[in-house]
Amino acid sequence: MIDFLKQPWPWYISGPLIGLMVPLLLILGNKTFGVSSSLRHVCAICVPLKVPYFNYDWKKEAWNLCFVGGILVGGIIAGAFLLNGQPIEVSPKLVTEMSKYGITDYHSLVPAQLFNWPQLFTFKGLILMVGGGFLVGFGTRYAGGCTSGHSIMGLSNLQMPSLIATICFMAGGFIMTNLILPYILMLN
Amino acid sequence: MNNSTTTIETNTDFEVRSLDAMCLNESTLKHPWWYNLKYLFIGIVFGILLVKSEVISWFRIQEMFRLESFQMYGIIGSAVVTGIISILIIKKFNIKTIYGEKIEFHSKKFSKGQVYGGLIFGFGWALTGACPGPLFAQIGTGVLVTSITLLSAIAGTWMYGRMRESLPH
Repeated sequence: MIDFLKQPWPWYISGPLIGLMVPLLLILGNKTFGVSSSLRHVCAICVPLKVPYFNYDWKKEAWNLCFVGGILVGGIIAGAFLLNGQPIEVSPKLVTEMSKYGITDYHSLVPAQLFNWPQLFTFKGLILMVGGGFLVGFGTRYAGGCTSGHSIMGLSNLQMPSLIATICFMAGGFIMTNLILPYILMLN
Repeated sequence: MNNSTTTIETNTDFEVRSLDAMCLNESTLKHPWWYNLKYLFIGIVFGILLVKSEVISWFRIQEMFRLESFQMYGIIGSAVVTGIISILIIKKFNIKTIYGEKIEFHSKKFSKGQVYGGLIFGFGWALTGACPGPLFAQIGTGVLVTSITLLSAIAGTWMYGRMRESLPH
């Protein structure tokens, strides 16, 4: 059983289970599924300063911080007990493409050759981690949600703005991955 | 209680909140803090799902944006279908929360932010290989350097809040 669980879970099992987060949160307490608002709450707690956007009663949103804290703990549990140490199986096309940039290690879900502490002090690492992170935080709040808030919760509730947001998430991702990222990966 | 309510009314207009995935339909019930622990539990389940479905993998995100694998589309697609059916059932049978409250849904309003912000997030998603949920899960699996990405995301959120008035919406 545990060996079975240690394999990657197929999309038709994990996808519907992720979708069930929506009714679970609604039924447990009228909560709207969403992750990125937690970043706003952290700002509201730590550095609200005089910015009106961060001056609200974040304690009312404490559930959301518990929720993301849970995601972290879930990551710890899965990482400690539910991974089998096998390299991640990706499409052969990606393997060929990535080998051009010297990315050959598939033992971690996150490429260890790109995302590590020494890399953080290179131009490439700075763009990927610090630059990328900044865009994620800025963009999700500007868009009013992320993959969970818009693409899953919003689409589940048939919201047109969420469909527009999701299309733009994907468009941004396609542009970056195919037109810009190759040049970034070529950096040393 | 009264004080905090006034703070919200004066500083965070409804539109700001409606643009957000933030909880609009908040419960009027007052619960002790430990009631929030159930969300911790849900988060744990979600975190495990994110890891085991490999959504947290930079490689999977690359495959998705290069149209080289169906995995991510299958996950998001089936999650949305499950969500749509669940919400239909909740609406049709008027299902209440476990505390007997009516479950409320609020419409999102269109804003240009969904376009500009959406594109910006898309760029970041492709670079980091992680949307906000997976950032937390990645750190959990031991990729501690992702905490820098998360801090940077918090900085990005702060910068948005700071610049909000001067951005097109």
